[in-house]
Amino acid sequence: MASERQWWPVAASDEVVPRHVFQATLLDRPLAVWRADDGTLNVWEDRCLHRGVRLTLGTNDGAELICRYHGWRYASGTAGCTYIPAHPADAPAQTIHNRIFPVREAFGLVWSAAEAPAGEPSRFDPAATLVLRPMPVAAAPADVAAALGAEIGAAPAGLHLAAADGTAEYFIQAAGAGRSIIRGLAVPEGAALAQLARHNAALSGLRDAIEATAPPVAISTAPALAPAPPGYDPGAPGEAGRATPLRLRVAERTTVADGIVQFRLTPVSGQLPTAQPGAHIDLALPGGITRQYSLLNGPGETAHYAIAVKRDPASRGGSAALHDRVRVGDVLAASRPHNSFPLRRDAVATRFVAGGIGLTPLVAMARALARAGAPFAFHHFVRTEGELAFRKTLAALGPYTPHVGHAPAAAEAALNTVLAAPETPQNLYLCGPPAMLDAARRIAAANGWPEARVHFEYFANEMPATRAGAFTVALARSALTVPVREGETILAALRGAGVPVESSCEQGACGTCVVRVLEGMPLHQDVCLSAAEREDHIATCVSRASSARLVLDL
Amino acid sequence: MDRPPPAHDPAVTDRWHVVAPAGTACATTLLGEPIEVCADGSVRVAGGGAALAACNAHGYVWASFGTPLALFDIAELAEPDRRTLHAASIGVATSAPRAIENFLDMGHFPFVHDGILGAEPFTEVKDYDVALDEAAGEILATRCRFFQPMAAATSSGGADVDYIYRVPHPFCAVLYKSSGLDPSRNDVIALFVQPTGEESVIAHMLLSLLDDNNDDAAIRRFQQTIFAQDKPILESQWPRRLPLDPRAETPIRADKSSIVYRRWLAALGWRYGVIPAGG
Repeated sequence: MASERQWWPVAASDEVVPRHVFQATLLDRPLAVWRADDGTLNVWEDRCLHRGVRLTLGTNDGAELICRYHGWRYASGTAGCTYIPAHPADAPAQTIHNRIFPVREAFGLVWSAAEAPAGEPSRFDPAATLVLRPMPVAAAPADVAAALGAEIGAAPAGLHLAAADGTAEYFIQAAGAGRSIIRGLAVPEGAALAQLARHNAALSGLRDAIEATAPPVAISTAPALAPAPPGYDPGAPGEAGRATPLRLRVAERTTVADGIVQFRLTPVSGQLPTAQPGAHIDLALPGGITRQYSLLNGPGETAHYAIAVKRDPASRGGSAALHDRVRVGDVLAASRPHNSFPLRRDAVATRFVAGGIGLTPLVAMARALARAGAPFAFHHFVRTEGELAFRKTLAALGPYTPHVGHAPAAAEAALNTVLAAPETPQNLYLCGPPAMLDAARRIAAANGWPEARVHFEYFANEMPATRAGAFTVALARSALTVPVREGETILAALRGAGVPVESSCEQGACGTCVVRVLEGMPLHQDVCLSAAEREDHIATCVSRASSARLVLDL
Repeated sequence: MDRPPPAHDPAVTDRWHVVAPAGTACATTLLGEPIEVCADGSVRVAGGGAALAACNAHGYVWASFGTPLALFDIAELAEPDRRTLHAASIGVATSAPRAIENFLDMGHFPFVHDGILGAEPFTEVKDYDVALDEAAGEILATRCRFFQPMAAATSSGGADVDYIYRVPHPFCAVLYKSSGLDPSRNDVIALFVQPTGEESVIAHMLLSLLDDNNDDAAIRRFQQTIFAQDKPILESQWPRRLPLDPRAETPIRADKSSIVYRRWLAALGWRYGVIPAGG
C-alpha cells in the first residue's frame, strides 16, 4: 500500500516532552513515541513483545524505555532488550527487541512511516513554522481532506493541503479508517497566541461541521499489529554468517589517559546491535589479528560503540595495531557484541573494583546503574595518576575512589579495606590483570563474600594451557561421538564435526563457548568459571578431559 | 468482537463456569449469553428462557450450557478455623486466559505490586517446578518462592514467600501461600473467572485465610488493591485473547507455568478466549 511507504506526521514535537511516552496512532497502528535525553526520537510499536502490554504505560528513563509489566528495559534507538529483571544473571538474547518504525523530526512535527520511505518529509513550505493545535476528527481521512480543501480553497494533494492565500499548510494524519488528525502549520504573523486561537476556532468549527455530516465510519478497536519480527536484523551491516559481520568506521580517537586511547566506532551502514553493560566485541585489526574489547557505552548509546585501548609494551600486536596504525576514517570488521559478563542488578548496592585498563566493562556497568538510580561504589587501582582514565566521568556518576601507585603489600592492604564484607548482600564486580584479580578474589573470599556475589572478568588468560592427550566427547542431545586429538581443542573438534559452538576470546577468558558437562572429568584450563560452575561446565576452547570420555549437553 | 461460542468447544459443553457469589440474584452474562441468576442458586437464560445446569460450590453459583465435568475441590475450605470470604467481583476487558496467566505470574510483583508483593531490586524469579497432571486435568506449580515486602494484610516485614499454584480448570486458579501465622498451613486465594465474552470477564476472588486480626473490610481492601493494580495492565494487553502459538510472544524461563498453561489449552482443543496456534 502506498500509504505504508510515505511519511506521516504522528505528533507535534512539543507533544513528545522529556521523560514522557506519547501514545500516537497511524493507520490504526498504536505507536509509542518518546525522546531520549540525548535527543534521539523513538517511534516503536506500542506493545511489549513479551506479554503484549502497551509500552506507553512504561517509563522513559531518558535512555531506555522500561515496560510497566515486568520491568524489561529497551534501548533508545534500537529497541533492543538490555535487561530482564526476572533473570538478573542472564544477558538477554539479542533477538529480543521491539518493533521500531522510521522517524524524522522536521518543521515542529514528528514524522513516521509503516515502512522505510524513499525520501524525506520535505514537501512543504518551510516558511510555515507555527505549529497549530492538532485537531482530531471522527471521520475518514479522505472526507476530512475534502472538507478542509473546500474551506481553505485548496485542492488536496493526497492528504496534504496548502491554503490558497499561502498562510497555512495542513496534513491529515490517518490515525485510522475513521479517525483523522488535522495537523497544521501556519506562516507566523505577529502575535502567535492570537493567531493560534484564530486557527483553533476555525478548525474546531470545521470539525463540528464534518462530524455532523460525515458518514459514520465503524471505528476499529482492533489495533493493526504485525506479528513479532522474526529474529534479529541489525540492518545487514556486513557479510552474513561471518564471525565479524559488522563494519565499523573509526569516527574519533581521543587520548583519555597516559597511553590510553578511546575509539568511537560508527556503523558503515544500518544499525548496530544493542550492547548490554559488560559486553565486548571482537575487532579484526590490521595484521590479521582479532582482539576483544569491552564496550564503554552507557544505556541508550546505540548509534556507536566506544572502546578504550591501552598501549601494552608487551603487546602481541592488538594494542600496537590500534594505537599506531588505525586512523580516523578507517573501517574495521567486528563481531556482534557478546555479553559473558552480565550486570546483575538484584542487590541493594554494587561494588566495582578495577585494575588499570580493566575498568572498561565496569564503566559501562556504572553508567547503567547510575541511570537506573541504583547505588554503587567504584574503586580504580592504577600505577600512576596519569592512568586514571574516565576519572571525571566516574566521579560524576557516583562514589569513586582512585588508588594510585601502591606497592604490592600496600595494594593488598587497600584491597582488604575496599573488599570489606558488606552488612547487606552486595554484588561485587572485578576486572583487571590476572595477578590483581587473583588477589581480589582471594581477599573477597577471606572477607566472607559469597562466591555467587563475586563476578569477574579476566582480560587475558595467562595460565599456560596444555593440549596434550587425546580423548572423546559424546554429545548427549546430538547422539554424536567426536574424537579430540592431541593438540586440538574441543571447540575445534566440535566444529570439525559440524557442531556449531559460539566462541569469542578462545583463551578461556570470556565464557562464550561454555557448555554443560553431564559425565566425565573435565581438566579445567579456563579462568572464567567459578568453582561451582566447574562442577558441571567446561570452556570448550581451552579445557580438556582427564577422563577418557566427556559427555556434553549438546 | 465476541463471536458466538463454537458448539464443539469444550468450554461450552464440558465445564462449569462461575456466574455469581452464592445468594446473589443478578442479571449477568455467560459466554456471550445474557442469563439470570436467582437467589436460590438457579440459573436461566434471560427473558424467561431455558434453565441451565447449576450448582453451588466454594461460595459461588456455577452454571453450564452443557453436561459439565465434576467441579474441582478445594479441601482447605472445609477447615473450621478459617476466614473464608468473597473478596471482590471485578469486570475486566480481557480474556479469561489472560487473567489466569497474570495470576500465575510472579515476575510482575516488583513492578505492578511494588512495595506489597515485591520490590526492586529483588526481582529474580527463582527456578520452580510445574507439571500438568493429565489424570486430574490440572496444572500444579510448586517450589515457587518470591521475596515480598508485605505478602498479606497480616505481614509486618519482607520475607521470601512460598507459593503453590494450581490450575484445576482453564478459567480458575488457586494459590496456596504459606501463612504468616502458622507456617505449616496455607492461606488460600482463588481466582474464578467468569467469561462474559471472549474478551470480557468478571473476576471473582475468594479468600480463605488464617487471620485473627484484620476485619473483613481490611482483608478485602488488600485484595482489591492488588487487583486494581493488575486491571490496567490486563486491559492494555494485546491481543486480548491469549495466543497459543509459542512464537506469538516471547516467553522466558520464569514463564514456565504460562508455557504449560498455553500448551494445556492447545491440547484440550480450547477455543474460547484464545487464538489457536496456526489460526
